[in-house]
Amino acid sequence: MKQIYLDNAATTKVDDEVVKAMLPYFTEKFGNASSQHLVGREAKEALEKSRKIIAKSIGAKTREIIFTSGGTESNNLALKGLFFENYPEKNHIITTKIEHDCILNSCKWLETQGAKVTYLDVDENGFVNPEEVRKAITDKTIVVSIIHGNNEIGVIQDLEAIGKICKEKNVLFHTDACQSFTKVPINFKKQNLSLVTLNSHKIHGPKGVGALYIKEGTKITPLAHGGGHERNLRGGTENVPGIVGFAKAVEISKQKDITGMAELRDKLIKEILKIPNTRLNGSNEKRLCTNVNVSFNNIEGEAIGGYLENEGIYTSTGSACMSNTLESSHVLKAIGLSPIQSNSSLRISLSKYTTEEEIDYVLEKLSKVVKKLRMISPIK
Amino acid sequence: MNYTKELLKHFNNPKFVKKIKNPDGVGEVGNIQCGDVMHLEIKVKDNKIEDIGFHTFGCAAAISSSDIVCELVKGKTLEEAEKITKEDIVKKLGGMPPIKVHCSVLGISALKKAIEDYKEKNK
Repeated sequence: MKQIYLDNAATTKVDDEVVKAMLPYFTEKFGNASSQHLVGREAKEALEKSRKIIAKSIGAKTREIIFTSGGTESNNLALKGLFFENYPEKNHIITTKIEHDCILNSCKWLETQGAKVTYLDVDENGFVNPEEVRKAITDKTIVVSIIHGNNEIGVIQDLEAIGKICKEKNVLFHTDACQSFTKVPINFKKQNLSLVTLNSHKIHGPKGVGALYIKEGTKITPLAHGGGHERNLRGGTENVPGIVGFAKAVEISKQKDITGMAELRDKLIKEILKIPNTRLNGSNEKRLCTNVNVSFNNIEGEAIGGYLENEGIYTSTGSACMSNTLESSHVLKAIGLSPIQSNSSLRISLSKYTTEEEIDYVLEKLSKVVKKLRMISPIK
Repeated sequence: MNYTKELLKHFNNPKFVKKIKNPDGVGEVGNIQCGDVMHLEIKVKDNKIEDIGFHTFGCAAAISSSDIVCELVKGKTLEEAEKITKEDIVKKLGGMPPIKVHCSVLGISALKKAIEDYKEKNK
């Protein structure tokens, strides 16, 4: 049976070129980048070359990139690192209600450590109002942390407008760019960003590796103390094969792929919305090229996903039935969806490998699945 | 979600999705938190469930347990039907992810309501 993977916001297939680039660093150039001998120096060289590639891709200085184990660790390091650096003089963090769980749960934990956190609302399209950011800033505010491209509804925030306010008010600005990296440009100067979370496995790189951009001069307390790795900000022997793969994934990302994905996304949205009683979740205009999130009224998201899986199509849902807590998506709730509308949601996330043929196949199956489930549903 | 083959069979091809003509009892239950809603209808003859049909808004576990409830009680007396437990449903489906067991309660509640409705009407 055909296998159509459309859950690329969860993770992506590793590109063959990435695998090829990584392989020598497992068995031939396997050294510890801290070792002084040739094998170690080879690893160190690969590490620094990778750092340079990633720094260059976002216009940063090489020393401003700290490698981590992924987006979750980078977000933890950003928030907790800044909090402990500034506490007790300052204790306030501003974020939003649509962040990834690793930001929200870091904030919740920091609240037990003395932090005060403001969780900003978003509008029905998923946008943060920059003026709300301004209003929330106090003289105790350490950082404003706002997700760039949302993982559930794909909304891209106006970082420039928010960054301008952060600069005016002299507070740090962090963004989680896991979903947007290589797809939506980051411009530190214009956006006034001091910290940016980057990640490898959403861009066809390996899992278990990510980075945190920390603007020169930004003070942060490390979470993992070790042998001086990563400028003393993140102890632990560097994951050289992973980092090499991450850099390769960045290097091979192309504008052409983004244009292609955006076209397929638009087709998918347009055709899905022809099915009666559907709604697009999140802004149609400022949206990740990879993201489609739709509610199919009166039927349940996990059931839609289950029937699609029977056809070899893999998707995801914000339905409570898929979560371990039996709570529907906090992001869909934040944009004003009722629990039943959230439970009717389906997320389809594309990658550069997605073809038009696959999209046509999905559309054909999807309309049948929706019809069948609506027959089963008591809500008409 | 890690579902059993038996559960998926009932999810993919539920046999009892239907409206009952002039039903003798109707039960509708909903769980707002999880969002599941089930509507169940029964036809009763000689104190036995002669026919039964359902409509469910819910996940694979909710749809399959709705179908199983119908299968388990069709042809049974009302007293026998009232004795069905969620354990019977889970067993019949060959097991269920623990977090989904609450879905099996939905079918039982709808069935009980339908039987109550029948009794109420036939006092």
